[in-house]
Order: sequence, then structure tokens, then C-alpha cells
Amino acid sequence: MTAHNSFVLQSSGLSMSFGAFKVLEDINLDVTQGEIVGVLGPNGAGKTTFMNLLTGAYRPTHGRVNLMGRDVTGLPTAKRCHAGLGRTHQVPRPFGGMTVFENVLVAARQGNVSHGGDPVQLAWRVLEQTGLADVANRLARTLGLLDRKRLELSRALATDPQVLLLDEIGGGLTLTEGDHLIELIQSIHGQGVTIIWIEHIMRMLLGSCTRLICMAGGQIIADGAPRDVIEAPVVQSAYFGVAA
Amino acid sequence: MSHPVPLNVTRGSTTAHVTFLLLALAALGLAALPWISGAGGSGRAVALLVYILLAVMWNALAGFAGLVSIGQTLFFGVAAYVTIRLSNAGVDPYLAVILAIVSGAVLGWLTSLFMLSLKDGEFAIGMWVLSSLAHLCVNLDPLIQGETGTSLIALNAYDIETRNTFTLWVALAVTVVILAALVVLLRSGTGAAITALRDDEIGARSIGIDVMRTKRIVFVLAATGTAAAGALWLASNTTFQPRAYFGVHWTAYMLFMVLVGGLGRVEGALIGALVFFLIETLFGAYGAWYLVGLGGIAVVCALFFPNGLWGLIGPKLPSDPIPTGYKISKIHDASWEEI
Repeated sequence: MTAHNSFVLQSSGLSMSFGAFKVLEDINLDVTQGEIVGVLGPNGAGKTTFMNLLTGAYRPTHGRVNLMGRDVTGLPTAKRCHAGLGRTHQVPRPFGGMTVFENVLVAARQGNVSHGGDPVQLAWRVLEQTGLADVANRLARTLGLLDRKRLELSRALATDPQVLLLDEIGGGLTLTEGDHLIELIQSIHGQGVTIIWIEHIMRMLLGSCTRLICMAGGQIIADGAPRDVIEAPVVQSAYFGVAA
Repeated sequence: MSHPVPLNVTRGSTTAHVTFLLLALAALGLAALPWISGAGGSGRAVALLVYILLAVMWNALAGFAGLVSIGQTLFFGVAAYVTIRLSNAGVDPYLAVILAIVSGAVLGWLTSLFMLSLKDGEFAIGMWVLSSLAHLCVNLDPLIQGETGTSLIALNAYDIETRNTFTLWVALAVTVVILAALVVLLRSGTGAAITALRDDEIGARSIGIDVMRTKRIVFVLAATGTAAAGALWLASNTTFQPRAYFGVHWTAYMLFMVLVGGLGRVEGALIGALVFFLIETLFGAYGAWYLVGLGGIAVVCALFFPNGLWGLIGPKLPSDPIPTGYKISKIHDASWEEI
């Protein structure tokens, strides 16, 4: 299959089975530069597995993943990061024994391989953008939840991603905290980063996404403009539990 | 990009300078030991250096790279054996020690090619199996005469005073070089990746850290340092009986030193080695009860001080004695504000 260059990320016929159990079946998704694609679906729909296939944490049973027109299906996570794919984790994974600044600096050094520049400067600018500059010298393990999520974003940003995958970054935050995070994500999008965002909090997705897909039972059951997807009967029944 | 932000980055502190000074004085003190305490003291000093090497290297492997090995005796024993073999072939024994350390690095690299793909328990046991295998092979060498063993006879070319002094100096130089290499590595860009790996391997992968390469660097360094310990132990004790080098008791000592001192910190490993050395010096003569006591201390530490002695001492100090990180601040200077 040939890749179209206008797509920054493509999943073609992606399937994943654990033994006889099919978690994902034939997932096709083409993401264009500049989109914010929200991904929603009930628990067990295969969203996180899908993300793990995109980042290279798992190898798919079938199908390919293309990043910026390049087949990355065989590449490990670190190499995909170098190729421009950043991610945040549902449960933040800070390097607890390092300071906030060191967390971001190591990402700037190890992840941002192609662009050069001074990693110290890059790390500092990212911290100013994400609002963590004031706590730069604190050990990451002492941060509260919102700051841990900001740190996840900061580290991903320091690797200079073209595409950023967010895995339920809004979970567990208060309304105000969620709003801060949305603002930040929109500013990152404003820099030209394409975003794919798994989230359960509908308010966050509807406020930011340019496109929404809904997954259920290991398949994409709806894909389109956010309002259309929400109102689709198939989504109403699979996700919101409304009788069809 | 716009103008650079004026930043002040510091990587040291008064605590670090004092620590460096104290370590330098300790090294000088050890170097001068032959004039102070005579031959007996030199032997004990080499034992201390060997314990330091073993503890610091096992800590680098388990504490930083997350590689818990119970078979580091592979490198310890093989290095001693290589020293015997080279010396038997006519190489000067001290040159043989140095070559054995190099062989430890090569063996470490070769082993890493297949061992690092093993996970957790498989890796730990796999290393033990390799060590046992090496032990058996060494026993088959006619020169070693099975468990009867042999001696580093070539050392007899030197009179006992010269030999003890020279062994101590070589041990000191090797230990200083290897510890310095570890600290330089931990302060480098790769070192930050190693520390990140210590804290969260999945997170490390996500930000582009090549986990396999990073682990390999630590593994090879640990193999080199452990090999150095084995070759130096032979130079100091002169007798080589395979069981005394490949024995699992060495693994127990490494675990003891690192767990009691504090996993994941160079300072912790140093303190663990010192504590082990003191306990051995004071109570080693009590035989089985000494070992029971060691086990008891390890259990008490594991239960009540899970972060080791360093977990008690470290937080009370103003800053890290062996700093590997960064302190950063923005410079608020009027001349910069204009830009």
C-alpha cells in the first residue's frame, strides 16, 4: 500500500489479537496535518491497544502504520519518537528521582534527534509554555496530578513531535484544571502539531476536536465532525447506552 | 527561534566539593598506607577497594539499569582465571591484571548481545547459569587442577613488601578510574537517560531513549568493574580456587552492600561497601555467626530502612554529595530585559 504524503499518520488494516481474542479488527484511519482527532468509546473498545500499536509498544497481528509517509510498523517506540510521534500516558510516568527540568531535558536530548539546537534552551522554553518553569528544580515525584500531566506533555513536546497522542490526559482533573489543560493543548496545536486524543470527558473533546471517531468492539463505528458522530444512532447506542 | 533565554545552569555544590576533597584525601591516605601500617594493612585496603567496586557496579546494574543479576561472579571469576592464564604464559602479573579487566569488558559486551533480551527473573537466573558454566569450564583446565586450584606464582618475582604496596596502588588506581568513569557517565547525556531508565522504563522509551543501548553501556561498565574486582582479589590473595571466585557468596555480598547502603545511589553503594568491610573486619572471625549476623542486618534493613542507610543520611544533607543533575534558574538582569 502506498502512503499519501498529506497524511501525517495512517493506520491501514490494523488488527490485534491476543490468542483467539480479537482486540482490534481492521482499523483504518488517515490523519491529516493539523487535525485534532478525538477518540472515544466504551471501556474495552480497544482505544489504548490502538494507541499502543501506533506508538510501537505492541506489534500488530496484521496491518501497517505510516508516519509522515514512512512505514514505521517495524520500528520500536524510541525510533517512532525520533520520527516525530510523541505520546502521553494515561497514568503519568514521571522520572520521579529527577527534577522537572531534568525530565524535560532528557527528552530534549534523547527524543529530539533531528533538529539540533541547545537542549537546555529547548527544555526551558517548553517549561515556560506548559507553566512548569516555577517548579523546574523540584523532584518530579513531588508534583500533584495536574502538574504530572503537564510534565507528560512537556516531555512529549521536548521531543519536537509532528503528531502527539494523548491518552486520557483529562482524567481525574477538576473543571478548572481541565480548562487549563485544554488551553495548553490548543496552544500546542497552534504550533502545528497534529493531535490524536483519547478521552472520556466529552466536554474536553467537543471543545477542541476538529474530528471525532468512536470505537466499540475493536472497530471504528463512526468517524466525522464531532457533533455528527455524537448524534449518530450507532454511537448513541454503543457509547451512551441509548436504546436504538 | 527567538533570542536565547538567559539561564543559569549549575551542576555542583559546596557539599559536592567537600565530598570530592574527602574522597581525594581518603585515596591519598590509602596510597600512603604501606608506610603507615605495613603489609597487613595493604591487604585489607585492597579488600575494601574490591568491595567498593563490587557494590558500585552491582548498584549501577540493578539500581540504574534495572538488571538484577545473581551471576556477576561470571566476570569476577573469569577475570581472575584470565590473570592466571596470562601470567602462566609469561605476561607480567600486573599487566595480566589490566588485560583481564579489558577481557571483562569484552566478555561483558559479548554477553550483552544475547542476555539483555531476557526479562527480569530469566536474566537473573541466566546470568547465574552463565557463571556456573564458566566455573565448570575453568575447572576443566589442567592448569587449574579442578577445585584444587593454583596460585599466581609469578608474583613471587617481587618481594612481599613491594608486591603488597604495588598491588594496593594498582587497586587504588583502577578503582579511582572506574568510579570516575561511572560518575562522568552519569553526568553525561547518556547518564540522564540511564537515570530516566531507573525511574520508568516505559516512560523512557516514549521520549526516544534507546533502552537496549543504554542498558548495554551500563552492563559493559558493570562487567568491567566486576572483572577488575576479581583480578585485584587474585593479585591480593594470590591463590585461585575456582569455588572461591565463582561462589554464590559473592552475589550475597553484593546484594547486602547495595541493599544496606541504598539502591540506585552511588553514595549508597559506597556506604554499603564500607559497612560490609567494617562488619567483616570486626566480626569476620566469628564464622557461621558472622554470616547469621549479616543476614539479620540485611533483614532489618529491608524491613525498616527500605531505602538503605543512604535513605536516612541523604535527605539530611544540603545537596547531593555526588551530583549528577542540574539546577536551573532564569537570570533576571535589567540588561537582558531590554532585548
